[in-house]
Amino acid sequence: MTPPPRRKADAEEDSKTSSPPRRPSSGTGMRVIVPLQGLVQGRGGLVLGSVIPCALFYLLQFYLKRHRPSPSDEPAGPIPRTQSRSLLSPRGSSPPASASSRASAIAKASDSPYYAGNDKCSTDAYHAVSNPRGVIQLGLAENQLTLDLVRDWIESNLKESLLGDLQGELSIRGLATYHPFHGLMELKIAVAGFMHQVMQGSVSFNPSQIILASGATPVIENLSFCLGDPGNAFLIPSPYYPGFDRDIKLRTGIELIPVPCRSTDGFSLSIAALERAYTQAKKRGVKVRAVLVSNPSNPVGNLLSRETLYDLLDFVTEKNIHLISDEIYAGSNHGNGQFISVAEVVEAEDFDRSRVHIIYGLSKDLSLPGFRVGVLYSYNETVLAAARKMARFSSISVPTQRLLVSMLSDSKFIAEYLEKNRERLRKMYALFVDGLKQLGIECANSSGGFYCWADMSKYIRSYSEKGELELWDKLLNVAKINVTPGSACHCIEPGWFRCCFATLSERDIPVVMERIRSITESCKVNH
Amino acid sequence: MGVLSRIATSDGHGENCSYFDGWKAYDNDPYNPVDNPDGVIQMGLAENQLCHELMEEWVKKNPTASICTEEGASKFKDVAIFQDYHGLPAFTKAVAQFMEKVRGGRVKVNPDRIVMSGGATGAQELMAFCLADPGEAFLIPTPFYPGFARDFCWRTGVKLLPVECKSWNNYKVTRAALEAEYEKAEKANIKVKGLLITNPSNPLGTMMDRETLRELLVWINEKKIHLVCDEIFAGTVFSGEEFISVAEVFQEDPQSYDENLVHVVCSLSKDLGMPGFRVGIVYSYNDAVVRCGRRMSSFGLVSTQTQHLLAAMLSDDEFMSKLMVENAKRLSERHEKFTSGLAGVGIRCLESNAGLFCWMDLRRMLKEATVEEENKLWRVIIAEVKLNVSPGSSFHCSEPGWFRVCFANMDDETMQEALGRIRAFVSRVNEVEKKKKKKRWEKGLRLSMPKRFEEMSSMTPRGIMSPHSPLVQAT
Repeated sequence: MTPPPRRKADAEEDSKTSSPPRRPSSGTGMRVIVPLQGLVQGRGGLVLGSVIPCALFYLLQFYLKRHRPSPSDEPAGPIPRTQSRSLLSPRGSSPPASASSRASAIAKASDSPYYAGNDKCSTDAYHAVSNPRGVIQLGLAENQLTLDLVRDWIESNLKESLLGDLQGELSIRGLATYHPFHGLMELKIAVAGFMHQVMQGSVSFNPSQIILASGATPVIENLSFCLGDPGNAFLIPSPYYPGFDRDIKLRTGIELIPVPCRSTDGFSLSIAALERAYTQAKKRGVKVRAVLVSNPSNPVGNLLSRETLYDLLDFVTEKNIHLISDEIYAGSNHGNGQFISVAEVVEAEDFDRSRVHIIYGLSKDLSLPGFRVGVLYSYNETVLAAARKMARFSSISVPTQRLLVSMLSDSKFIAEYLEKNRERLRKMYALFVDGLKQLGIECANSSGGFYCWADMSKYIRSYSEKGELELWDKLLNVAKINVTPGSACHCIEPGWFRCCFATLSERDIPVVMERIRSITESCKVNH
Repeated sequence: MGVLSRIATSDGHGENCSYFDGWKAYDNDPYNPVDNPDGVIQMGLAENQLCHELMEEWVKKNPTASICTEEGASKFKDVAIFQDYHGLPAFTKAVAQFMEKVRGGRVKVNPDRIVMSGGATGAQELMAFCLADPGEAFLIPTPFYPGFARDFCWRTGVKLLPVECKSWNNYKVTRAALEAEYEKAEKANIKVKGLLITNPSNPLGTMMDRETLRELLVWINEKKIHLVCDEIFAGTVFSGEEFISVAEVFQEDPQSYDENLVHVVCSLSKDLGMPGFRVGIVYSYNDAVVRCGRRMSSFGLVSTQTQHLLAAMLSDDEFMSKLMVENAKRLSERHEKFTSGLAGVGIRCLESNAGLFCWMDLRRMLKEATVEEENKLWRVIIAEVKLNVSPGSSFHCSEPGWFRVCFANMDDETMQEALGRIRAFVSRVNEVEKKKKKKRWEKGLRLSMPKRFEEMSSMTPRGIMSPHSPLVQAT
């Protein structure tokens, strides 16, 4: 999944990072009171005693929801001096038009540590030579280990300007005019071939079921617009990628319901937990429209087994909902497990395919987040038709598409690249996890992605989100390491941290470990 | 299969109207001078292809701008991993410079207020998301670009309320019309959040004068609603007065207006003819909107490869000046040729000095001034004359009989071919009219529409759909 962009710290946002930021609120859904014990036990005499207060409570909730003070009554931003003039006009009693409530909420919401840490990094980035005391970025899941291979390919294959390439004459007319917004057919064909290679030949992808967009971020948003109305929900195993909170909730009005996974299960998905979450949502009157899983998962790096995929497909079929499989790290599987795409299972067995949708992109496996290439692969014709129309809001630049057609069609290069990439990831992962082990920090078993999921719970003062954020803050501001705390990923067990290692070089690892040691030592002393 | 959302299954995308049906007719039977000389000529797409060879030359001469070359590849790594939604600093600076140039250097553009998005389409949607909640509305003068229904309303839930403008006063937006529509909305309990204008206008090709822009700013300030000005055609002004941006009027006297209410949308798709690059810009004087918009721009960031190329091209001042002068010259020539060709057969166009199209007056060809008659005529033009033009009703024009015709998306020969077909068609219609008059004179009876005309209107080429076609499978 494309990580959120690094942002230049505004003066405002800087002040927020100095104190541990609050976790963003999880929404304003109604709380349901399960009828009291008396009712459940069928003792009618207690009906009045339990139902009436419940009814009153519901009514209160309704009233409050309806009459919540409108955010549009408050002006957005600082009050400009010219406002005084408008107050003198004959119709001066109405309040000034502010931004939408969406915009106001975004402007006011405190940033999660995920974004705050990234901000800090961008203003004080570590560099071995020029800024050795800078902040080391372990919070952005980027892979720079194999970028040199891509650059070399470009140098040796595109000798002329962007107008000339392997496929012969290109004029700017071919680049600059309007094209299908959901992607050039040549690129879709090339992407289908690339995905086939990434998944090691296990699935053949049909180019006409592909919609391209400028990054996996708009892909997931477009798909959400297609699958759910405002107020509907998706179930999502937690911990999950913090960016989903923005990608899915920001403009679509769809809720994300976390389904907690536990360290005792290796953070693997439990269908029983899904079932519970579904039932609870139903009780609250919330319609669940889909289950969203990441495979390999982020932040843990787990792979979904074939059995779990079968169970998932059974579950969504039974509930008549969709399954969204975010497989953006499919090619970054460096461990011993075997990656199995939901496409492989769906094509082999007799499942209803129209409820299955896959998200992919080039930001992770090909290390090109800047180019903005995201893929939606769906078996549902209506979703494809709607997503095609939505594609014009987030279309990929045509010159970039042309460049990538050449690159992705070079299957020999891609095979070599994927192999080398896995190798380098494997090596770096081993070094990093080993380094942490020597500090007494164990990592969850993981196979994929650019990160490890580290258990630092023994170093937090209180076994709570507060304790975790205190440790996070120390790591960021004292040790100058930016990691992502589990609470930002909605993990219910405090003390877990995601550490990304694919932007480091080998010689950076001892530096990182030393810095972490300085904090863990001081925490040991305090215990 | 699982249930789908209302957005996915409704017609809110607005693509089932004659504007888009014409495109489909073209897609099914596209004109080609060699392979398909009887095909439909595309005159419904406002694209500017007049200066492409100049840009091509520039790209060839500047290999470092494109990271896809030996010379440029050293920048590759930095560009490939950069995904900050502020954009490459060189890019926003170059875009600011370009915007200033288009506005004659009379506007100061601050690169820090530039928010990028996926084309102007994405920019308009972003504006709607930032400024209004579902159910709220924006006023919009007619006629207006049909795509706004999709861009501004489809996924945002915001409404557009048309404010009628008439041809007799050159479609000027009057305070009275705005007030009337505003009050109507108030009575219907619809909250009006802003006014959306396009300047230069699509489909009219006319510009607003300083006085009108000032009046609009005053009015929105009184009502305390937003003003979103789509200036996507600013760089296509080819004759007459210079373009005046709402930003210019605002900056002349900023104390008089609330800066939090003023926003501009533009892109590189029309001015420079680069729709394939997908560069949309939101420029707002409202800090909260800039902050919020920037976060939302993650949904439509411009590829850094493109940003890198454009940063170099747009800051090449000498080249850009030359390009814009040449662009204006070629547009002017093309416009002149086309409108005089039309005038030669008695077809008048609204006087205009901007845009990639003209607003053609075919009212005299309608039997009655109704939308049905306009649609009949439109179907004849597609089927018989084989030109895709866009009927005024698709632009919500209140007076039937006007058509938008684009002329900048083709070469000279194709344009001559189009004019030839129009001449032939008009003379046929005139013939039919003469015969009709003669018969009436002879028989003293009022006859119904001549048989030939009826035949023409019922003829359908393969694949054409009615203006009310159901949800269509997109290409």
